[in-house]
Amino acid sequence: MISYFQDYITVGVVLSVGIALMVLVTSLAAVLRPNNPTREKLTTYESGVDPVGTGWSQTYIRYYVFGLLFVIFDVEAVFIFPWAINLEKLGYFGLIEMLIFIFILLIGLIYAIRKDVLKWE
Amino acid sequence: MSFGTEILVKVGVVLAFALNGAVICTLMDVKASAWMQRRPGPLHVGLRGFIFPLAEVIKFIQKEDIVPTKVDKTIFKLAPAFILFSVFGLFVVVPISPTLVVVDLNLGVFYLLAISTLSTLGVLIAGWSSANKYSLMGGLRAAGQLIAYELPLILAVVGVVIQAETMSMVGIVEKQIEWGLPFAIAGQGIAFVIFMIAATAEMMRIPFDMPIGESELVMGFMTEYSGIRFLIFYIAEYINMFVMCAIAATIFLGGYHVPLLPVEWVNFYGPVVLLTKTLGLAFILVLVRWSFPRFREDQLQNIAWKILIPLSLLNIFVTSIMKVVF
Repeated sequence: MISYFQDYITVGVVLSVGIALMVLVTSLAAVLRPNNPTREKLTTYESGVDPVGTGWSQTYIRYYVFGLLFVIFDVEAVFIFPWAINLEKLGYFGLIEMLIFIFILLIGLIYAIRKDVLKWE
Repeated sequence: MSFGTEILVKVGVVLAFALNGAVICTLMDVKASAWMQRRPGPLHVGLRGFIFPLAEVIKFIQKEDIVPTKVDKTIFKLAPAFILFSVFGLFVVVPISPTLVVVDLNLGVFYLLAISTLSTLGVLIAGWSSANKYSLMGGLRAAGQLIAYELPLILAVVGVVIQAETMSMVGIVEKQIEWGLPFAIAGQGIAFVIFMIAATAEMMRIPFDMPIGESELVMGFMTEYSGIRFLIFYIAEYINMFVMCAIAATIFLGGYHVPLLPVEWVNFYGPVVLLTKTLGLAFILVLVRWSFPRFREDQLQNIAWKILIPLSLLNIFVTSIMKVVF
């Protein structure tokens, strides 16, 4: 149990190195770089002309559909991994069960393709 | 060795590998481009162009860090850190030799795939918080692309997990030593190709650089970033390239071991072997980058959803049937 916590403490430390490095480098740059903001410099970049409206404009809904499809397949992946490790032990029963599960999802993907959900025009 | 010093050593190893790997990959990229397109900068200037990455870093450090008035300041400043955070997380489970691994989690592969998804979030918040139309479009394209290619990446690895019966990275390499063949040859060739294509898309390198696409979106989700924060995106991209190649080498190409070399000496030649394989894969990515044009957005999504995902599901089908029947 102790080694279990030690493992994940190490993971946490290494992850925080990324943030520590970011803080270090930005504070080093803060000492070295010039700081001379003007109003023109701080406007939003829009190819040189004055920006029109807000940057948070409306976008296509299709990204939302892709997001939904992604969630479905990602959850599937979570189920597949434990099965993949124990496949030998589960034998034919586990194999057929999982093949049915994947097959149903595959039909879903084919349905989405046939319905032109993935079409990009 | 006490737990504290052990952590320090491990952090040192990760930092050394990550930063040096990034520098080597950068150098390889610019050198190859200079060679193929006759660019004098990285080829002749200053010690035959070898101090190019150093000059790049110094240039970015002394540039002004502009934060436009309209951006969402906290998130805007946080986004590069988020990406760096997830990239460093990937190094945790990559075994450089059987003993030289930060932590050999028994969930290794699973952890890897989970952490690599975090950078999607970093890209998305960078695009959204910039309050810029180019950035927003770049960010959304990036999110669409990264989630689409995340799936083939995950599903390609499942085949290996079925064959190895473990998710620990060291376990996967040990299994390949036991079989005497890397998984890319022993049954997972298609998975390896799918993994490499998906990994290239995850890195957002040409031909999958739709989110950046400088000829249409200026610099995509990085448009508003300048100076040191831009440099961090840039470095993170190359660290990511290095570590993804290392992961592919570990999972599919036998990691720190090559057949015929004695297993007892693996601690000595292990790091060299892994580095060779990693840089070999990285060099293929570099060649691809400077040879191919960019995909169109709809082609990009079609490749993921209509070819790679069904193909990787098929790979799981075949691998699991082979495993149970034989």
